[in-house]
Amino acid sequence: MKDVLRIVNLCVGVDGRVILKNVNLYIQKGQTFALFGPNGSGKSTLLMTIAGSSKYKIYDGRIMFKGVDITEKATDERVKMGLGIMYQHPPKITGVKLKEILKHCAKLGGTEDKIYEYVKMLNMENLLDRDVNVGFSGGEAKKSELLQLLLMNPEFLMLDEPDSGVDLESIAVIGEVINDLLDGKSGIIITHTGQILKFVDVDYGVVMYKGRIACIGDPREILKTVEKYGYEECARRCLRTL
Amino acid sequence: MSEDFVDLRKVGIERDPSKRSASFMMVDESPEVGFSRGVEILSTREAIERYEWLENYSWRLVEGEGDYDGYFIRVPRNVKVEFPVEACLLLKMAKSQRVHNIVIAEENSELNLITGCTSERLSGLHLGMSEFYIKRNAKVTFTMIHNWKRGNEVLPKTGIRVEENGVFISNYILLSPVKVVKACPVAYLERNSRAFFGSVVVGFEDSEIDIGNVVYLNGEGSSAEIVSRSISRGGKVFSRGHIIGNAENVKGHLECKGMIIGNGVINAIPELEARNPNVDLSHEAAIGKIAEDEIFYLMTRGLSRDEATSLIIRGFMDIEVKELPEVLKREIDRAIELVEKALV
Repeated sequence: MKDVLRIVNLCVGVDGRVILKNVNLYIQKGQTFALFGPNGSGKSTLLMTIAGSSKYKIYDGRIMFKGVDITEKATDERVKMGLGIMYQHPPKITGVKLKEILKHCAKLGGTEDKIYEYVKMLNMENLLDRDVNVGFSGGEAKKSELLQLLLMNPEFLMLDEPDSGVDLESIAVIGEVINDLLDGKSGIIITHTGQILKFVDVDYGVVMYKGRIACIGDPREILKTVEKYGYEECARRCLRTL
Repeated sequence: MSEDFVDLRKVGIERDPSKRSASFMMVDESPEVGFSRGVEILSTREAIERYEWLENYSWRLVEGEGDYDGYFIRVPRNVKVEFPVEACLLLKMAKSQRVHNIVIAEENSELNLITGCTSERLSGLHLGMSEFYIKRNAKVTFTMIHNWKRGNEVLPKTGIRVEENGVFISNYILLSPVKVVKACPVAYLERNSRAFFGSVVVGFEDSEIDIGNVVYLNGEGSSAEIVSRSISRGGKVFSRGHIIGNAENVKGHLECKGMIIGNGVINAIPELEARNPNVDLSHEAAIGKIAEDEIFYLMTRGLSRDEATSLIIRGFMDIEVKELPEVLKREIDRAIELVEKALV
């Protein structure tokens, strides 16, 4: 099977409210998808569900990763299989140092010898002894997430708005790292503004609207349509052509 | 390890002259000085016999009377004791242990003291009365590690006087089941002196722990900080703090944080009292359970649920005391490591 990730008829809710409705998505090895959609359309829920968050309840459907049904697997097992997620807003954990987490990431990815190199590359030396995400600026939090992913070296990347809340200069740096991460790998990138697509090549664009996948197509075309007409109109047009 | 065997290293006691400046051991009510260098250490009775002037120190900071034994430690003027001094109070055969300790850091001296209290008996009473005199420009770092058994009752009393420009840093660690611990050291701070009280306590099922500190900021420019981390794993924990601002330009801060694992009770009672308009007193208190989103985040980095929980608990217990010597930090880390697994 060429598909590295298969999401089949996935229905997901939280507190009895349905968020994702019959989501189907097949991603092949080497492919990267950009995920568009308005706030609350279910983009982050989809990534969190793939990662195995217990906050979200799966009513129906399944998630296959590298040919294995991971729907019931614990998050750490999924991660050990090669899933990696970059948070949009990672939680602040008092008392847990960034360097401690990096050690775990490096152990997982077999990249213990790369810690120093990556830390230096991202200019993160001063954050190593800080409590993770506590008092980090927007850009620092993004870099910290990317640093962890670099060390984990996952096969499949899920990036939740890597371009939100950072200045243009930082987006260029972030884009470069993402390109490194995606080299020969697969992934999903959520982007609101599409800024990151100036630096990262993606194969397909997906529009999520009200918990459904409204369309899949050329990411630049989709972005143009969204910029011109807005999501509602885009989704209306997409759904009409489906 | 059998129930009646205790590992003294768990309470920071090494009995190794290459790691400690002095070593004192009190089994039930019999004191014994192991070794010492650069610092004077005697049993309290012996010291009181030897030094008449000790009358001015004995039972002055703690209410009480009587001829109890314990440790007397005195650091001479201008002496900075390099390695920590250790004192172990062990409840072995007796039903109760009464201890009277006096610590004097003379002007411009420095002392690190580790006191480890533990019991081989499943029940029994430990009553420790301690008086600390920190003279001008002196600095004492006091680390107390308690490791009791389920039936022990522990009721210490402590008084501390910190003279001008003196510094007192205290760390209290209680990470074992116990029946009752009630302790509320009282500190009196003079001009421009400083005190820090850190505590990390875990209340297991059937444990009742009531700890706190009272600090009187009596001298102009004096300051104090009380930081506590309480975990309840089925037990009842009272975490108190009371800072009294009595003089100009004093500063006090209280931080009580509590975490409930499973069930249990935590009562955080911070109290600030200003008796002068020019004081800066503040407090923060928060109690909660381990956040699920924090556990999940660490699981996305490959940690199992138990590993993630353990790391978060450990982080919660890690009070960063900037001035703590590395050797004391290691003792505290070791104590925390030992309890970590029992909590998940």
